[in-house]
Amino acid sequence: MFHFCAMAPSTEQRVLHAPMKVEFDYTRSLGPVLSAFMSALKQHSVLGGVLADGRVVVPPPEYDPVTHAAVTELVPVSDVGTVLSWSWVADPVSQQPLEVPFAFAQVLLDGADAPLLHAVSVPSASDMATGMRVRVKWAEEPTGTIRDIAFFEAAGDDASDGSASMEFGAPEVTGIVSPVHLAYDYAASPEETKFFRGLAEGKLFGQRCPVCEKVYIPPRGACPVDGVPTAEEIELPDRGTLTTFCVVNVPFQGQTIPIPYVSAYVLLDGADIAFLHLILDIDAADVRMGMRVEAVWKPRDEWTTSLDNIKYFRPTGEPDADYDTYKHHL
Amino acid sequence: MRDVAVVGFAQRQMKELDGSPTCLEILVPILADLYEQTGWTKSDIGFWCSGSSDYLAGRSFSFVSAVDAIGTLPPVMESHVEMDAAWAMYEAWIKIQTGEVDSALVYGFGKSSAGILRRILALQLDPYTAQPLWPDTVSLAGIQAREGLEKGLWDEAAMASVVARSMSDAASNEWAIRRGATSVDQVLAQPLYADPLRRWDCAPVSDGAAGIVIAAGDKALQARQRPAWISGFEHRIEPIALNARSLVTSTSTAAAGAAAGVDGVDLAELHAPFSHQELILRSALGLADDVRINPSGGALTANPMFSAGLNRIGEAAKAIWAGESDKALAHATSGPVLQQNMVVTMAASIKEDS
Repeated sequence: MFHFCAMAPSTEQRVLHAPMKVEFDYTRSLGPVLSAFMSALKQHSVLGGVLADGRVVVPPPEYDPVTHAAVTELVPVSDVGTVLSWSWVADPVSQQPLEVPFAFAQVLLDGADAPLLHAVSVPSASDMATGMRVRVKWAEEPTGTIRDIAFFEAAGDDASDGSASMEFGAPEVTGIVSPVHLAYDYAASPEETKFFRGLAEGKLFGQRCPVCEKVYIPPRGACPVDGVPTAEEIELPDRGTLTTFCVVNVPFQGQTIPIPYVSAYVLLDGADIAFLHLILDIDAADVRMGMRVEAVWKPRDEWTTSLDNIKYFRPTGEPDADYDTYKHHL
Repeated sequence: MRDVAVVGFAQRQMKELDGSPTCLEILVPILADLYEQTGWTKSDIGFWCSGSSDYLAGRSFSFVSAVDAIGTLPPVMESHVEMDAAWAMYEAWIKIQTGEVDSALVYGFGKSSAGILRRILALQLDPYTAQPLWPDTVSLAGIQAREGLEKGLWDEAAMASVVARSMSDAASNEWAIRRGATSVDQVLAQPLYADPLRRWDCAPVSDGAAGIVIAAGDKALQARQRPAWISGFEHRIEPIALNARSLVTSTSTAAAGAAAGVDGVDLAELHAPFSHQELILRSALGLADDVRINPSGGALTANPMFSAGLNRIGEAAKAIWAGESDKALAHATSGPVLQQNMVVTMAASIKEDS
């Protein structure tokens, strides 16, 4: 699953900006070691892997870092441990274990020989100390992930060594889902900005390469052939030639136009690069290469900094263009 | 081995690029700078390699747009790494070693300010048991710093002296973001930002791009009278599990340094995005006390993702070109809390070191 959404851009700055969210879930299968570890977590038990040198490591590695042999022996360790090092998170970021200030810490669980990185919930940095005893706070809803440990909390000075966790049943967790939500301030290039701001005025701006003299729309900032900045601005008309097209007959999720419809490359008069747009007001069976087309704009009061201002292209009724006039643009 | 030298270097960095994450806008002038420095054109470049990340740009295949800066008709031989461009340079160096090409242009770029950098970088952690907690870069560095502080490996004053020296040296670096004469007392007077770290202990979030040209033998001498000849080029990696390695030493840096050879080095550009990491690196490399460290100000004063490591190589090479160093070392890091480390040594003379 992949979500992409860009919201209405602001127009205050040098270039156009818009908030953008990218969201997806990583679905990962687990090997035998992590499957057992996650299954145990789901039952409020912590397992460590026994390495060739006898050390117990939490989380258990799948392979011994020295001998490279598969780790096969897992043993329960305590849900109480000691903070070995920590750092205060004054300003937590999204999806971290706590939304209020907390500490990330290396916690050495009783019975383990290597620390587990996790969160410790205390009111302030002055309540944290290396050597302090902490205990697992289990999540209310078990998921079979590392987040089943919601965080650690102070176990108090009188906390005795934690006892090994309870025995657990057969591994049942064979995969995890890691949701990822990313947020960006997405900015357009100065050339894209000129193009989109032009659209808001009903104008189409391209750029000419000073070396090969080709005209690009949308403008790109550099000529992809010559690698030089494309500084000269060109205003192009909203009519041109359909160079090639496809008839869409396949329904898909989110489709807004009744099928069959035509998606086509339109080469505006004076441009050297065609761009993709929709062709309507003509039966799909009658669309052909070389057909002359013109833009159909939305009503002016609906214009934004978007190519959607052009609803679609339609035939002009002019005679078709000669193949020779667009053969280099296919 | 073929003798290969760094003959061109250009950089641009800023706190915030008010433009597209493709960074084309700053790559075009960087490439123009490199052509001017070498007297070459596109056709003199045998291989192109870049370093960048889609996670930073927030869109897939973002490096493809950056290729527009090259101009690719006729087609060029091109590659990309999802790492700092220092590793792109390693690929280019190997390509030249194969004998297939004699020159390469390497570039890196990234707009860190488009998202929350310390959060996005959590995506490079172990995806099963670490990444789902979203441990941010600053927190991991804080855990690393505290361990060293409490074990007596370094103290706050040593960290502050790294900060003060870096910011003071950066005063003369036009591309540094955080710069100006700074004393240790001024650093220690700053409040804690992520206890035990002060804000100045952490590199500023930086946008930017950089490019380097490397070439073999006579081709290098064509471009520059006193090229920076590469005498050692090594990189090593440590386990991704944060509990499978010591965070307060850097065995990978030590191994890369030993293999590259640090003897005779008079200047070192170290890629340390956090003040205490410079202390770890210096110790791992066993640099003598009279070695000049980060005269550019280093990554603590500007740390553009995917080019800050390449910048270290470029800054060290510049010192050789200018006659300020006879043998310089550059270090680049990638991954969480110094997981992967690269050491390049460069010398003014080939005979000494090859």
